[in-house]
Amino acid sequence: MKEKRKFKNDVILVVIVIAVATLGLLLLNLFKTEGEMAAIKIDGVVTEWYPLSENAVIPISTGVNNEQKNTLVIENGEAFIRDANCPDKICEGHRAISFVGETIVCLPHKLVIEIVADDSGDGLDAAV
Amino acid sequence: MRNKTKRVALLGVLTSVALVLSYLEAMLPPISTAAPGIKMGLPNIIIVFLLYRFGVKEAATVSFIRVFLVAAFFGGNIMTLAYSTAGAVLSLVLMTLFKKINIFSVVGVSIIGGISHNLGQIMVAIFLFKTVQIGYYMIVLSVTGTLAGIIIGFIGSVLIKKLEKVSF
Repeated sequence: MKEKRKFKNDVILVVIVIAVATLGLLLLNLFKTEGEMAAIKIDGVVTEWYPLSENAVIPISTGVNNEQKNTLVIENGEAFIRDANCPDKICEGHRAISFVGETIVCLPHKLVIEIVADDSGDGLDAAV
Repeated sequence: MRNKTKRVALLGVLTSVALVLSYLEAMLPPISTAAPGIKMGLPNIIIVFLLYRFGVKEAATVSFIRVFLVAAFFGGNIMTLAYSTAGAVLSLVLMTLFKKINIFSVVGVSIIGGISHNLGQIMVAIFLFKTVQIGYYMIVLSVTGTLAGIIIGFIGSVLIKKLEKVSF
């Protein structure tokens, strides 16, 4: 292939990468909105909501004898799991979440922390 | 025989140049503290040059020796070694592939290398942290990888041209 043609292809490559990245960023920003509540889902059922605007330390007990423990921390508008007595500890290692749709999952405890918008149609008013 | 000796010596010199470039890059302030992993990838000038002037085998050898030495000298651990290796392997494989397909110039191939280097590392991160969302970071990294690839590819192509008449 001629050098001139190759150079043209280089330019096309750059344009494609930038176009795809821009589109991706656009879509991400379009759908990624700062959440307002952290929902605690145990075994697929939401049991509690906590506003991200208030710092809090929330102990969560699950399992038959409530022997499965996770500690959810809400700090500076973000939620993360500080400690858990599950074997894999993946939830502890998860970075803090704050955007709608982001989740922290504790598989052994069947626990999911999910960020939701204030007006997510749950019929619950935010406590803020 | 003489040629082989010369070759080995030259590869050794190029390996140390790549190592020095790694060191130099590590000393420079990070391009963005908010977005770790954005780098120029200076040692890749050597890898691109080797790929064009020598071949895949030589490029791969120097690349892996460099990755290993960087981990050994500059305090890497298994995790950083996994990141670097994944980036080095994926970029080398894709650069070789696109060089063979012969549709891009050195710069284009280097862009492929820059993006795939980041991609390899992100894939390791997704695996290690078991978080698919880390993949979103690839959007930013594909652009910065392209910019780095253009610069590296440009320097690499100048090197290749200037040393065209020198026989190794």
